[in-house]
Amino acid sequence: MKQILVQKFGFGLLYLCIITTLFLLGLIIYFIFAKGLAVISWSFLTQQPHNAMTAGGVGPVIVGTLYLTLGSMLFAVPLGLACAIYLCEYSPKGLVVNIIRMSINNLAGVPSVVFGLFGLAVFVKFFGFGVSILSGSLTLGILALPLIISASQEALMAVPQSLREASLSLGATKWGTIKNIVLPTALPGILTGVILSIGRVAGETAPILFTAAAFYLRGYPKSIFSEVMVLPYHIYALMTEGAHPDKQKAIAYGCSLILLFLVLFISGVAIFLRQRQRSYNG
Amino acid sequence: MDNKIKMRAQKVKFFYGKMQALKDINLNIHANCVTALIGPSGCGKSTFIRLFNRMNELLPYTLLKGKVYLDDLDINSPLVDAVDIRRRVGMVFQKPNPFPKSIFENISYGLKVNGVKDKDYVAGKVEESLKKAALWEEVKDRLGESALRLSGGQQQRLCIARCLAVENEVILFDEPCASLDPISTAKIEELILELKNDYSIVIVTHNMQQAARVSDSTAFFLMGELIECGRTTDIFTAPKDKKTEAYITGRFG
Repeated sequence: MKQILVQKFGFGLLYLCIITTLFLLGLIIYFIFAKGLAVISWSFLTQQPHNAMTAGGVGPVIVGTLYLTLGSMLFAVPLGLACAIYLCEYSPKGLVVNIIRMSINNLAGVPSVVFGLFGLAVFVKFFGFGVSILSGSLTLGILALPLIISASQEALMAVPQSLREASLSLGATKWGTIKNIVLPTALPGILTGVILSIGRVAGETAPILFTAAAFYLRGYPKSIFSEVMVLPYHIYALMTEGAHPDKQKAIAYGCSLILLFLVLFISGVAIFLRQRQRSYNG
Repeated sequence: MDNKIKMRAQKVKFFYGKMQALKDINLNIHANCVTALIGPSGCGKSTFIRLFNRMNELLPYTLLKGKVYLDDLDINSPLVDAVDIRRRVGMVFQKPNPFPKSIFENISYGLKVNGVKDKDYVAGKVEESLKKAALWEEVKDRLGESALRLSGGQQQRLCIARCLAVENEVILFDEPCASLDPISTAKIEELILELKNDYSIVIVTHNMQQAARVSDSTAFFLMGELIECGRTTDIFTAPKDKKTEAYITGRFG
């Protein structure tokens, strides 16, 4: 009898934890909706900011965020995947590889503002890309690299050895086996890593502070060497600077709501791709 | 046993790190014959069969001494590409391992990686291979479905068909029925007997009856040594070595 009570108490505790987590999540979404929904309209999504950012829309800001997020993935996904393939499939197992793995895991723990300073020193100054979409994308890409590498590694290692053997036994080369069998099988896991890093990258402020973001710009970015307005930084700027805090606050909440949906949308595409592949794998 | 020798292992020693798994093995695989490798778990028979298509070199820290020949080609010579050997010597594994792709793609895979592009030829070959593997009737209406939806026995026949499509010369079966039910096992055995007309076959098995049913010659392994080999009828009725007799009558292993 006592055991059953203890067990019930234990389950109850776990249940409580879940409820608390869901409640907090719900609360965040509720507040952003409640405070942000009022300003959302078609013109808000498409127009440019007016009157010291107290009126108009945030079109260029959304576009800037998209550019930076996609740019960073364009850079980080191929590079990260290639690293993971090398580490899993080609590198001889041993001390050196273990050190590389450990370094990558440590890289994931570096504070994002440090990446921002690194981007400023290397991309903005040393390579002379200036404060631009390119510098920002590269900086965010480096931030996403460790996430993508470790997720891809896990996914590659989860591919059963028996599939590799089957492919090789049919006269496929090693690269043929990786390209045709290992990568497609690992794709859902790799995409999960990409989804997570998109969420992370789209919301980062510190790495783009010195490398890409501008407080206010006229018009849409013209090339990869343009500065951009970006949602997370825009929110930060609206809340801390300017002369009309009340009006700006409402817009900041609107921006938060858009950022939330943007991440959901990009992740949604990746989730869709992942499901499609999984239905074949399973 | 009078057929010509297709593959030949000569003084083969094999090491996993410092552990010696095979000790001076000499064995001939005859063309159009089924050669069964029997012996208790850990006796080295799986290690041995994987030498014929150079599968063991995928494992780190291993060492091979001695020679393995395919016809008169030293397959481990530095001039020989493992990929070429595996095109000629196919393998069916212990657990069915279809690719997470459609049935059609599973069979055409070997052709694809070997550079065959002619679509009509590939489609014909897929049908022919599935028919040879006695799977065509069961899957002809759903070639586009994932191969993973097939039953275990069907999956194993699919793996055999996949191997046949490449038109190799030797097929290595590493305990192909270990995870199958008796009906599927019977189908596979029937298949092996048919394939013998076109291929040289090596099969590792734990099942004495299976070895007796399908093979022409049998080799008995124990602790990395080849204890005895000869005609299956001789091995099963009049084994020369006491250890062989003890094993096939079920006194150990």
